[in-house]
Amino acid sequence: MAHAYTPGLKVIPRILVHKTRRLPLKGTVTVEKGDQVDAEKVVATTDLPGNVVPVNLANILNIDASEIMDILIKKPGDSIREGDLIAETHGIFGLFKTKALSPASGTLEAVSGITGQAIIREAPIPVSVQAYIDGKVSGIIPDEGVEISTAASFIQGIFGIGGERRGTIKVLTRDTKTPISEDMIDESCKGKVLVGGAFLSYKAFLKAQKAGATGIVVGGFNYRDIKKIVGYDIGVAITGQEDINTTLIITEGFGDIHMAQQTFDLLRSHEGRMASINGATQIRAGVIRPEIIIPIDDQDAIQEHKAELFGMEPGTVVRVIRAPYFGMLGEVTELPHELQRLESGSLARVAKVKLQEGGKEVLLPRANLEMIETK
Amino acid sequence: MKAEAIRSILATDCGSTTTKAILIEKQGDEYRLVVRGEAPTTVEAPFEDVTRGVLNAAKEVEELRGRQILDGDKIITPQQGEKGVDIYISTSSAGGGLQMVVTGIVKAMSAESAERAALGAGAIVMDVLASNDGRLPHEKIQRIRHLRPDMILLSGGTDSGNIKGVVEMSELLKAANPKPRLGINYKLPVIYAGNQKANKEIQENLGNETDLSIVPNLRPVLERENLGPARDKIHDLFMEHVMAQAPGYKELMAMCDAPIMPTPGAVGEIMQVIAKKENITVLGVDIGGATTDVFSVFKDPDLGEPVFNRTVSANLGMSYSISNVLASAGLPNILRWVPFEIDEVDLRNRIGNKMIRPTTIPQSLDELKIEQAIAREALRLSFIQHKEFAVGLKGVQKERTISDAFDQSASGETLVNMMDLDILVGSGGVLSHAPRRHQSARMMIDAFLPEGITQIAVDSIFMMPQLGVLASVHEKAAAEVFNKDCLLRLGTCIAPVGSIKPGKEYMRLRCTLPDGKSIDKAYTLGDMELIEAPYEAIPAEIIPARGVDVGGGPGQSIKTDIYGGLVGIIVDARGRRPFVLPENPAERVAALQKWSKAAKEFEDR
Repeated sequence: MAHAYTPGLKVIPRILVHKTRRLPLKGTVTVEKGDQVDAEKVVATTDLPGNVVPVNLANILNIDASEIMDILIKKPGDSIREGDLIAETHGIFGLFKTKALSPASGTLEAVSGITGQAIIREAPIPVSVQAYIDGKVSGIIPDEGVEISTAASFIQGIFGIGGERRGTIKVLTRDTKTPISEDMIDESCKGKVLVGGAFLSYKAFLKAQKAGATGIVVGGFNYRDIKKIVGYDIGVAITGQEDINTTLIITEGFGDIHMAQQTFDLLRSHEGRMASINGATQIRAGVIRPEIIIPIDDQDAIQEHKAELFGMEPGTVVRVIRAPYFGMLGEVTELPHELQRLESGSLARVAKVKLQEGGKEVLLPRANLEMIETK
Repeated sequence: MKAEAIRSILATDCGSTTTKAILIEKQGDEYRLVVRGEAPTTVEAPFEDVTRGVLNAAKEVEELRGRQILDGDKIITPQQGEKGVDIYISTSSAGGGLQMVVTGIVKAMSAESAERAALGAGAIVMDVLASNDGRLPHEKIQRIRHLRPDMILLSGGTDSGNIKGVVEMSELLKAANPKPRLGINYKLPVIYAGNQKANKEIQENLGNETDLSIVPNLRPVLERENLGPARDKIHDLFMEHVMAQAPGYKELMAMCDAPIMPTPGAVGEIMQVIAKKENITVLGVDIGGATTDVFSVFKDPDLGEPVFNRTVSANLGMSYSISNVLASAGLPNILRWVPFEIDEVDLRNRIGNKMIRPTTIPQSLDELKIEQAIAREALRLSFIQHKEFAVGLKGVQKERTISDAFDQSASGETLVNMMDLDILVGSGGVLSHAPRRHQSARMMIDAFLPEGITQIAVDSIFMMPQLGVLASVHEKAAAEVFNKDCLLRLGTCIAPVGSIKPGKEYMRLRCTLPDGKSIDKAYTLGDMELIEAPYEAIPAEIIPARGVDVGGGPGQSIKTDIYGGLVGIIVDARGRRPFVLPENPAERVAALQKWSKAAKEFEDR
C-alpha cells in the first residue's frame, strides 16, 4: 500500500538545532569553531557596497559625451565630497565655464565616455550577522558565515510575519482554546514572547506591540488583519522582511483555531526561558516555516535528530487542516485504498479518522490531514 | 531506443502542488493512456525532495496497473518483460518559477520585445526597466538591487543604431551590482540581446561582475523581432541555475530519459499541435497552484497567418497564489461568483488557509463553490493580461511595418478576437478535476466570456504537460493519446453579443438533435440553458435580434454545424459587451443559482 505523504510541522521537545548564519555578501567571520556564543553575539561582518548616485556630466555641461574624459577634475577612483567639482568646461577664453558638482560624498567610481555618465558610490554600509541562538559554533563557512548548534525545543508555526526576535516566554492563556484578550496584556509583556491559545485580535496585537512584546505565538489570527499590520496584502506566503517590532507566529491557521495541545504544552513547559523566534515563512519550493527555538540545558543528552520519512499509517496522530473539523486532532484508523466521493462531489483518497474530541469517526481526504512530528 | 520499439512510457508532471504520473502503453498499433496516479509534490519538509512525490505517484500507477514499475527508489527502464517502462520523461514547475527583470531603451519597443521574450520562455517578469520609463537613474538602481531576480535580460537598440542608451543601462546595472535570488556563490546570469555594436562595451561593463551571455539582438531592426535566441538562452540558464535549486531536482534529471521541460513550455507545445492539426483558432488555459498560463493561436489579420502567444500570470493560482487572486481581483469580484451569503472575514480566512496549506482540497460543497468562484477571477485576470500581451508575435519572428512599430499595444488588442475563437481548452486542477464537467464549462464561460459560437473542451485528467514533453520524443504516441484520451469535448457555447431591452427576444435557436428532437426556441436577455447533445455535428440556425451578433455580423442569422459533448450546448444569453451581474446581493445570488441550475452544475447533489 502506498504511504500517504503529508507534510507536517515540527513540535519537538529535544533536538539538536543547527542554524546557518550567512552574510549576504562575502566578509569576515568573527568567531571560531567551538566558541560558545550568545544569541546577540556578532559572528560575521561585511560591508555592503554603498548606495550609488548617477549623474550625467555631459548633460549638465551641455557637451558631447566623448569630450567628458578630457575635462574631468576628479578621476575615477578619487574620493569625493558633496559639492566637489567633478568636471568643468574650458569656457570661452577661460571665461563662462560650466561646472558639474558632485551631488553626494563617496568615491567617483566610473565615468563613461559613451554616455557621459558618472557614478558616485557612497560610503559602504556595514552589515553584521548575529548568532540568533545561544549555542556553539559548530562550523565555519569561510568568508561567509557560521553554523551554530544547540540542543533545544523546536516548534514550527504555519505562518508568520516579522523577522528574528528574542524574548522570554510568557504564557497568557490557561489553555489552548482561550483567545488572547487585550486585558491580558500589560507592561510586564515588554521583551517577552507571548503565548496564547486560539486567537489574537488586531487590537490585542496592537496593545502587545505597544507594550514592547518581542513576539506573539498564537493558534489563529484573522487574515484580514495581516494587511492592517503590514500595510499591504500578502498575496503569496513569502514573509520575514516586514518592518514590525513584534514578530507574529500563527501555529494553526487563519481564524479562531485553538493551538495544538502539544505545541501549547511544550511552550508552557518553557515559561520564563529565553526563546529565539523568527516569523519568516516561505510556502514555495525550499519551504521555510516560522520557528520558535528554546535552547535547553542538558546539551550533551541530545542525539542527532534524523527526519523520518514515514507516511501516514493506521495509528498516526493527525490534525485536520481544512473545514469541516478544521483544527481537530484525531487518529487514523483506516486508509481505504479506493477513491471515495466527498460531499463536494470530488473523488479523493481518504483516511478514516477517529477524532479526539467526541470520539467520532469520520472519512476525510488525506490531503486535508497533517501529521505532527513530535519525536 | 527507436520510437517504434517503445512499448510503454511513464510521464510525470511535478507541479507546485501535485505530482501527476501517467502510464501509456502500446495496445496493438496504437498508444493509449492506461492509468494515472498522483501524489502531493514533496518539495516541502519533511521530504524536501521532488523525487519522493514522483516515486509516490509512480507507486500509485504501479498499484492501479497491477504490474511492477519501481525497483525500490528506481524506475525500471527499459521494460523487462512485464516489469518497468521503456522510457521515463517529466515536466516540472516545482522550482518556484523563473523570476526575471528585463530592460530596454524604449518602453513600448525594445523593452516590450524583451518582456515578450522572457514571458515566452516561461518567466515571471518582476519589472521592466526602460530609459524612458519615467524613473530616475538612481531609482532604477535601487529597484534592481531590491529585486534580486534569477536572471536579467538586457536589450535595446537596433543593430545599426546608437549604442548610448543600452550602454547607459549596462552602467546602471553594473552600479547596482545585482545579486541572484538563490545563492551568493554564483554570479547573476545576465543575457544581452541588444544592439550588437555595443557588445564590446557591454562585455567591459558587465563581463566581470555578472555571468554574461551575449546573444543576437532580439530587435535587430525596428520592424522585426528575433526572440528565439534570447528565449533559448533563458531556457538554458533556467535549467542550469534555477530549476536545479528545487530539492531533488538533480536526481530527477538523472532519472529521466529526455531533458525535463518546464510545464508551461510543454502545455504550449500541445496547444500548438491542436491548432495546427485542425486549422483552428485556440485559446487555452492552464491554471496551476502558483501561476496561470494562457495560450492562444489566433490569425494575425495583417499577416493572414496563425500566431501563437503565451503569457504566464505569475502569482495568479489556486493554492500558493490564491491570496494574490483575492488581492488582485478584490473581494467584491470574488464574492460576485459565490452563490450564497458569506461573511467577509470568514471568506478571507478560508482563502488565507488555502494559501498556507496549499495541498488541501475542498471537502464540502460550499468550499468547492468558493474555490470555483476564485478560479473564475484567476482565469479572468490572467486572460486580461494575455490580451494585453498577445501583440502579434509570430513564433520567434514578427515582421512589422514602421507604422505598426509605433503602435504595438493597439495591434495586440486585435489578435485576441473572441468572436473568431473556435475552441476554448481548459487545463489545470480546478478545471480538469472539477467533480462535474458542467462546472468546468461554466467556469471557463464566466471567466473568458466567449462570443458567438465557441467549442469548449478540457484536458480530461490534466495530462497536457506530459503529452507536450512526450511530443518532443514520440510525436505519434503523444498525438494518439491526445486525441483518444486527453481532450474531452464538453460542448458548445452560443453567446450573442450586443444589448437589447429586457424581455425582448434576444436570439432564437433552431436545430434538430441527433435523437430527433426538434428545437425552435427564443431566448431573452439573462437566459441560460443547457441542451444535452452528444459530440456530433448538429446543423443549426441561429437568429439574433436586430443589432445583436452571433458571428455573422449584427442582426445576421447564421446556419452552421454546432457540436454537443459531455455537457452539451450551452446557450448563454446573459449578454456580452457588457456582461453585467446584478449588484444587489440577493438578486445576484438568485441569478447565480438560476444559471447554476440551468447549466446543471450541481445536478447530482
